[in-house]
Amino acid sequence: MAETHHDNRPLSPHLQVFRPLITMVMSIAHRITGAALYFGTILVAWWLMAAASGPEQFAIVDGFFGSLFGRLILFGYTWALVHHMLGGIRHFFWDMGAGFELSTANRVAWATIIGSVMLTILIWIIGYLAR
Amino acid sequence: MMRTPLGQVRGLGSAKEGTGHFVRQRLTGLANVPLILAFIFILISVQGESHASVVATLSSPLVAMIMLGVILSAIIHMRIGMQVIIEDYIHGEGLKFLCLAANTMFAAAMGLMCVFALLKIAFGG
Repeated sequence: MAETHHDNRPLSPHLQVFRPLITMVMSIAHRITGAALYFGTILVAWWLMAAASGPEQFAIVDGFFGSLFGRLILFGYTWALVHHMLGGIRHFFWDMGAGFELSTANRVAWATIIGSVMLTILIWIIGYLAR
Repeated sequence: MMRTPLGQVRGLGSAKEGTGHFVRQRLTGLANVPLILAFIFILISVQGESHASVVATLSSPLVAMIMLGVILSAIIHMRIGMQVIIEDYIHGEGLKFLCLAANTMFAAAMGLMCVFALLKIAFGG
């Protein structure tokens, strides 16, 4: 297993020689947003621990999330969440054997990125209206 | 299945847990859809509220259960997801083992903090 990585056999063409395709970019984005959400859990834990600790600690966290930088992070977090969710729903259809036609896969990939941006903005509009 | 006696001794090769991971990743993913939507709804409704008001919302039974559910489901999901990433990119056995251990510990730490905080708030500590 590990030994096979040391020899000099030719490798099949890899990512860098292909023109980026939308399905491929969305696949990479699914993994990157997943990894980002993984570390974003720190923010959720921080917020909940502060809420459980008392008003002083909560004010610090609330101040951070209310700042421009904090909101920028939360906006990115929202997009990662929505994008990963839409990408995941796409995977459910693939798991059921549907949507593998090239034109469908391309259309759904575009719908994922456009839909995730639109839904994120919608969530933030609702958020600001609800204040 | 091809498996040499040496591979068997070293414990390399399939651990026969792949299907379980595959199914669990999809089950938690499916559960995450409504749970995350509810989570977003809860966050929108408590944003900008005072500490007392946020605690009051988080301690109501339905909200507390949804929050516990989303934490548990998301953390199981993200642990499996990160394991896949580690196994895809890290090939040295030693470093891979360390990364997989760190992944489990990170997931456990996040889960413990969130669950402890939610229970403390819910039971009024």
